[in-house]
Amino acid sequence: MTTERAGYRPEGIDDAFVSHDDDAPEATGGAPAGGTDGGEGGGAGGGRPAAPVLPTLGWRGWLRWMWRQLTSMRVALVLLMLLAVAAVPGSILPQRPVDPSAVLTYLQDNPTAGKILDKLGFFDVFSSVWFSAIYLLLFVSLVGCILPRAVAHGKNLRSRPPRVPRKLDRFPARADGTTERTPDEVVDAAVRHLRGRVRWLPTFRVETGTDAQGRRTVAAERGYLRESGNIVFHLCLVGLLVSVGVGQALHYRGQVIVTEGRGFANAVVDYDTFESGRLFRASTLDPFSMTLDRFTSEFTNDATAEPRDFTAFVTTRDPDTGKTTSDTIRVNHPLDVDGSKVYLQGNGYAPVVTVKDAKGQVAYSGPVVFVPQDSKYTSRGVIKVPDVSKGLEQLGLVGFLLPTAASDDTTSPSIYPQPLNPLLVLNVWHGDLGLDQGLPQNVYRLDTSGMKESVKTDGQPVTLTIQPGETVKLPDGMGTITFDSLPRYVALDLRYDPALTWVLVFALGALFGLALSLFTPRRRVWLRVTTDGDPAAGSARTVIEAAGLARGDDSGLQREVDAALAAATGDTDRTTGTTASAANTRKATR
Amino acid sequence: MTLAALTTTQTASYATLSSHLVWASMTVLTVAMIAFLVDLTKLGESRGVVAAAVRESRDAELVTAGAGGSGATAGTTASVPSDAPPSAPGDVEDGTQAGPRRKAVGIAMSLTVLGWLLLGAAIVTRGIAAGRAPWANMYEFTLVGSFVALTVFLLVNRFRDVRFLGAFVTLLTVLFMALGQEVFFVQADGVQPALQSYWLVIHVGVAITATGILTVAFVTSVLQLFKDSRDNGSGLMAHRGFRFLDGLPKADKLEVLSFRLNAVGFVLWTFTLIAGAIWAEHAWGRYWGWDPKEVWTFIVWIVYAAYLHARTTRGWSGRRAAYFVLVGYACVLFNFTGVNLIFNGKHSYSGLTS
Repeated sequence: MTTERAGYRPEGIDDAFVSHDDDAPEATGGAPAGGTDGGEGGGAGGGRPAAPVLPTLGWRGWLRWMWRQLTSMRVALVLLMLLAVAAVPGSILPQRPVDPSAVLTYLQDNPTAGKILDKLGFFDVFSSVWFSAIYLLLFVSLVGCILPRAVAHGKNLRSRPPRVPRKLDRFPARADGTTERTPDEVVDAAVRHLRGRVRWLPTFRVETGTDAQGRRTVAAERGYLRESGNIVFHLCLVGLLVSVGVGQALHYRGQVIVTEGRGFANAVVDYDTFESGRLFRASTLDPFSMTLDRFTSEFTNDATAEPRDFTAFVTTRDPDTGKTTSDTIRVNHPLDVDGSKVYLQGNGYAPVVTVKDAKGQVAYSGPVVFVPQDSKYTSRGVIKVPDVSKGLEQLGLVGFLLPTAASDDTTSPSIYPQPLNPLLVLNVWHGDLGLDQGLPQNVYRLDTSGMKESVKTDGQPVTLTIQPGETVKLPDGMGTITFDSLPRYVALDLRYDPALTWVLVFALGALFGLALSLFTPRRRVWLRVTTDGDPAAGSARTVIEAAGLARGDDSGLQREVDAALAAATGDTDRTTGTTASAANTRKATR
Repeated sequence: MTLAALTTTQTASYATLSSHLVWASMTVLTVAMIAFLVDLTKLGESRGVVAAAVRESRDAELVTAGAGGSGATAGTTASVPSDAPPSAPGDVEDGTQAGPRRKAVGIAMSLTVLGWLLLGAAIVTRGIAAGRAPWANMYEFTLVGSFVALTVFLLVNRFRDVRFLGAFVTLLTVLFMALGQEVFFVQADGVQPALQSYWLVIHVGVAITATGILTVAFVTSVLQLFKDSRDNGSGLMAHRGFRFLDGLPKADKLEVLSFRLNAVGFVLWTFTLIAGAIWAEHAWGRYWGWDPKEVWTFIVWIVYAAYLHARTTRGWSGRRAAYFVLVGYACVLFNFTGVNLIFNGKHSYSGLTS
């Protein structure tokens, strides 16, 4: 184990040039910091003979060792795999943020295991301590790995392409050619070709020179963007995490159910449910109000009645200017109101009923939300009537709304989602609704602990069936109920997340960086230009040798070398390229 | 919708035609697969024989490793002499063999192209019948995914000889299509409002393309592992049945091919993830909500990211990295089948009523 500083290099995606042949010349200088040497934190120490006595590390040494372990590729790899494994239970077990009622059901069905799993955070995996720990460590590892690499790359960006090697004939890609051009013309043409057309972003970084024998040389390197892309990708991931976090802290989300003809105001109290991030302030809500004018739906005309379209027609009013605008909200087409988005998340029927008590007083009048239970909108609902005249029992009516009842059969579910033959089917309860204790109650459930169900003489529950416009007497002279009309309701979801743009920017930045780092070829091309014959005698020829080296296996390398040579000679016919496997043929015949 | 002008009978006849075309394509591809297998066997035999001949005729020192007739070769250089004698030494690296006539493989390739065309026609007619982009339920995923896998195979084959992949690519596509036809089949129809978006074309289209590419990469990685095992004298792989492996390029060549495909697949998968998040933001009011499909898409992404990292970590490249590909592809398959059928999430679009 060593604490030498000099041996440490950030490890990561291998960016170094690797030649195909052990004998191929060493690519000198300019090789970007890669994973090929010394990256192992305080690891095995490469080929160095092991020191007989381990030097004491001290706490600083240990810290450094731990840091190197954490930022090493191997640990990053382990953390990545852990992250993948840790995510699995999040898909198998019900999750609180997604479906809290499913979690409750699970806990009821598996009391013992459920309790343990709950303690360990398995019902909210993605906010659990262990999941957070893994991804935070991963990001620390990422930053610790990528920052030194970014610095190294920054230096490397200013470095010059490696000198032309002494021998070019051992490289995996080679080509030779002759031309009538002078060496200077050849070099100029080659440089122009290699730099490419885009002035501010040259394809190759090119350097020309003259070697000890006075021959002109061209050295070129491309593919710096590979590492740039890699760094951009990883930094964008960090940016993504930060923007998601900021969005979480500043966001708010409100849900509200609105019946046709009614509306709501964008205020915390007006929402049925409202949740917000830690840094959200209620005063920042835009004080607009919205009314649902109309809701339309379309279904296929067959027995399956698959939904085809839902549209909510709304009017939005800005209280400051008093201006009103009409809009539509559809699935996949949320409405943007001052940076908040309003989504259409659900819909159903809210029959308007009027209940008069035994004294003939109107005890309740208004729409009651019935929640669809199936694709044909057989909907369940509860009509709670607490405000009866003094001395009378409170009423609760439980039952179903069938948008399209099958002829006169009241026991079977709705057969079509549209209100072709609407029917309310209700059972009647009387007694104490239990609303007076001040405890919050589920509006869709009747607490029957203090109530009695009305029954017929044969002991069967009384079932009322009511069509729109009809008034039906409640049993035992408790009053009447009128089915006035059948408006629709929509469930709207309003959401505000100021970090959305940044999330998108960083996500696309990561994609861009990733593509750059995976698809940018990393190549070096060298040309050596020799004058052959006697210039004075007029028999001079210019001989060009070209060679290329790539990072890893690169099928386009030979083409690159050929193109460079062709550009240098200005003539494609005279060049003779050797195949990429020159090294292999040699190996086979050795 | 766009093709609302079609009458119901016309729609139905297009749907039937589409089904027939799928069966036709499957039949053709099955024959292609057999032809590919015949070719592979012959290729393996001929190379094995060549290897044996080389061993007898040349000096022992020339053959750096014992490339026996059984093909129990050892060391990476072993296959070079065994491949070398025929006319084109430069090509052996990619598995092309100009020497012996490979009649079967020609037939196989023609049939694959035919099967590919038939499948393409099946997808187009399915789209006409449904009046939308034909990838909105599991049945259509299997068709388009198979089509992409075949396309990738044929496309890569234009640049380098990967005909040795043919048998396995056609096998997988025929299996997928049979599964689709028998298990996932649903009538061609429109889609629910949540799916009525151009993001269906983009997000799902790219997801299927990525899956198709990852399928071919998976096949390549499996062959890489087999080949590597056989070359390193694995007892299991020494069996006669695996002689075809002698006809394949070296394991490191297969590794590079698999990496190229996986790299493209990974970038497309990343795009799928981002496009899905954008669509979720539009449709469900949140860009990420840990829906089972999102969880598994994330897992797939992480596993392939781990693969790319493993590939460049000392001690993890080669075989170990290839195992990541197997795990990653298993996750892709589970994400497609298991998540759709087992879990009850927002992505339950199989169209099957259970």
